Amino acid sequence: MEALKEELKNKIITTLNLEDIAVEDIADNDPLFGDGLGLDSIDALELIVILDKDYGIKLVDPKEGKSIFQSIETMASYISANRTK
Amino acid sequence: MKGVAITGMGIISSIGNSVEENYISLIENKIGISRIENIPTVHADVIKVGEIKKTNEELVAELQLPENNNFSRTAMIGTLAAKQAVENAGITSINEFRTGLISATSVGGMDMTERHYYDYFEKPELVKYITCHDGGDVAEKIAEELGLKGMVTTISTACSSAANSIMLGARLIKTGKLDRVIVGGADALAKFTINGFKTLMILSDDYNKPFDNTRKGLNLGEAAAFLVLESDEIVAKQNKKVLARVSGYGNANDAFHQTASSENGEGAYLAMKKAFEVSGLKPSQIDYINVHGTATPNNDLSEGRALLRIYENEKVPDFSSTKPYTGHTLAAAAAIEAVYSVLAIQNNVVYPNLNFEIPMEEFDLTPQTTLKNKTIEHVLSNSFGFGGNCSTLIFSKS
Amino acid sequence: MSKKTYINGVGCISTQKTFDTVFLEEAVVNHNENVLAIVPPAYKEYISPAASRRMAKGVKNGIVASALAMKDANVENVDAIITGTGLGCIEDSEKFLKSILDNNEEFLTPTSFIQSTHNTVGAQIALLQQCKGYNFTYVNGAVSFESALLDAKMQIEENEANSILVGGVDENGDYTTSLFKLAGRIKKENDLPSNVLNANSTGVVYGEGASFFVLENEKKDSTYAEILDVEIKNSLEENEVEEALILFLKSNHLEITDLDAVVLGFDGNSDSDSYYRNLSENAFVKTPQLYYKHLSGAYDTASAFALWMASKILKTQEIPEIIKVNSVVKPTYNTILLYNQLNGKNHSFTLLSK
Repeated sequence: MEALKEELKNKIITTLNLEDIAVEDIADNDPLFGDGLGLDSIDALELIVILDKDYGIKLVDPKEGKSIFQSIETMASYISANRTK
Repeated sequence: MKGVAITGMGIISSIGNSVEENYISLIENKIGISRIENIPTVHADVIKVGEIKKTNEELVAELQLPENNNFSRTAMIGTLAAKQAVENAGITSINEFRTGLISATSVGGMDMTERHYYDYFEKPELVKYITCHDGGDVAEKIAEELGLKGMVTTISTACSSAANSIMLGARLIKTGKLDRVIVGGADALAKFTINGFKTLMILSDDYNKPFDNTRKGLNLGEAAAFLVLESDEIVAKQNKKVLARVSGYGNANDAFHQTASSENGEGAYLAMKKAFEVSGLKPSQIDYINVHGTATPNNDLSEGRALLRIYENEKVPDFSSTKPYTGHTLAAAAAIEAVYSVLAIQNNVVYPNLNFEIPMEEFDLTPQTTLKNKTIEHVLSNSFGFGGNCSTLIFSKS
Repeated sequence: MSKKTYINGVGCISTQKTFDTVFLEEAVVNHNENVLAIVPPAYKEYISPAASRRMAKGVKNGIVASALAMKDANVENVDAIITGTGLGCIEDSEKFLKSILDNNEEFLTPTSFIQSTHNTVGAQIALLQQCKGYNFTYVNGAVSFESALLDAKMQIEENEANSILVGGVDENGDYTTSLFKLAGRIKKENDLPSNVLNANSTGVVYGEGASFFVLENEKKDSTYAEILDVEIKNSLEENEVEEALILFLKSNHLEITDLDAVVLGFDGNSDSDSYYRNLSENAFVKTPQLYYKHLSGAYDTASAFALWMASKILKTQEIPEIIKVNSVVKPTYNTILLYNQLNGKNHSFTLLSK
């Protein structure tokens, strides 16, 4: 689980081009959207592709992402419960 | 304000290859949404599109283009529509007056770029298609086919593009810079836009249902339409029949998000407000609103709220989206809907908003769901695009 | 009476150092490359990393150039934003298209698709400035920028806007430049060194850049020039240009002898530079002639660089040696004409006065 969280943090930083942010800057329970990391709806679509491409999880409705992408913690637990690869 | 005269129209869409065919489809509920045939795509079984059921070879033959032509599909449907419009306006000598062409497109000749992208280096015979990628290539081709030598330009503001080309044309005539302007837009289906909209997760796998509570997104479509605008001097001099007039227009920016519309429809509200100011009309004078109504959750909510803001305590007039017929034809959408608006005025009809079942929970707005006959003096048409680009046109009986 | 249009602020990002300098004193002509890249500004001074992380090169350049122009004009906001671009943010178009083709339409993300939309530069400037006014983008080859300029002038004349940000922006993309080389649009490596004034081969040296201007309906201390007129003609034969030009000047109550300088779009393409050479050797023999594509490179909106140059000349009354075609001089520079075309198509005349 810890390895997955670390992996997710790295992926988020690279994919979303967050050049001024380091893995250590993201706490597991920090909100990813809004006041936390400040991600927006376009980033959410990018995260949906990460789920699909790297973990074999397909989301049909972007609204589903809302609860999954609350934090690294929620994202990691959703992935470990649902991953197909 | 009297408005700028429309003296000719031409159109090709998934519901017809001429103005007449499009009108018959509209009043007989014949939709053009189907499975995609002309483009090989992995999404073929998932998406529905408003496709013109003609192959590129058939379009080449119809236009009698030489074998070595380098027309993209967008340029071909654009040329067909523009030629119809010029003929419909009874123009025989294109450069007789100061005549311009304002086209609109989102991806232009992308259909050729994506088809040949990696083959250009291996197949010298394809190199001629490289220039198709230029945004102005479609307008260039149309101008050549029409023999038009004057001002030619292209507007690309995503899905409001053609509304803006009609707006610019009307302004060029009002300011006396040109006597006659051919305005409109063209967009062919392309893998590029299909996949682009797919990544935004706003494509429906079903028939699009504008303003319905269960709407899931849009169907893409392809189309081209052009209208001929002429100054009153030319109209009088040639004793021309005026089909209708462009009486109002407005463009504003939502300045909210790169692709999504704001919650309260600020840009849409401002665009409609400007169009009313230009026309001198009051919102209550509008008999029919051809809404943008793409059937994405976001657009319809934002547009509906903007309508309610414009109409404050008044009743919102009969409105419908024609996208269930044609799909969302991107940069061409406002041009085909301009043709439909003029037809509504000429024939005194409101088209049905097909596929509508359940009103949206956020507000009390129900589109017209059956064909309705009534006197129509003024039609308002909305078109909104990415980048917060919001445009409104008002058409009036001559 | 219709309002006059003044250029009150300029901002230019180009293949030369055109920011943090006076006027082309550090300019260098690069004869040995066929694709020139911009001199990048310090983006971080203008755009926060959080905002810029998804921005295409063209968007960033457009934002910096427009910020420079607004600062120069001393305005905080504008009523409208009008841009011209030939190819838009082509790098992102390439990126999205390649991922479609390479991944068989799977695992695609929206960012590059959004950035590939032609109006993204104007839209993102509007978003940053919260400008809710008129926002148009023109994409028509060599007249993309002039279309924007003509529209802006109409807006001001008709009292639809008092202040407008207008600009031209294009960027190079690697794959697209390789296609342009294949199509002969860009000069072959074998044909270098290039010579823009005495073209010895076909094709051009490509460039990129973003030039923005604040146009207003009143004259201020910062005013560079008045835009008298802009005209676009899709198609003119070589022997029709001079007549069209004389008519254009006549409609502005001017003759060729009234011009203090003319800026010609010489691009070193031996196929079509006779359009300029004819004028250069005949109608404009006694007029100071200037050129610029040896500095800016040739691209669809390079003519916005020419407008930047002409604005500077009218304000400073100085003409750098590096842009002179001939040795004719005038005591003062009050009226300047710009003429541009590409391969005999998309002709534009832009007339400026002090």
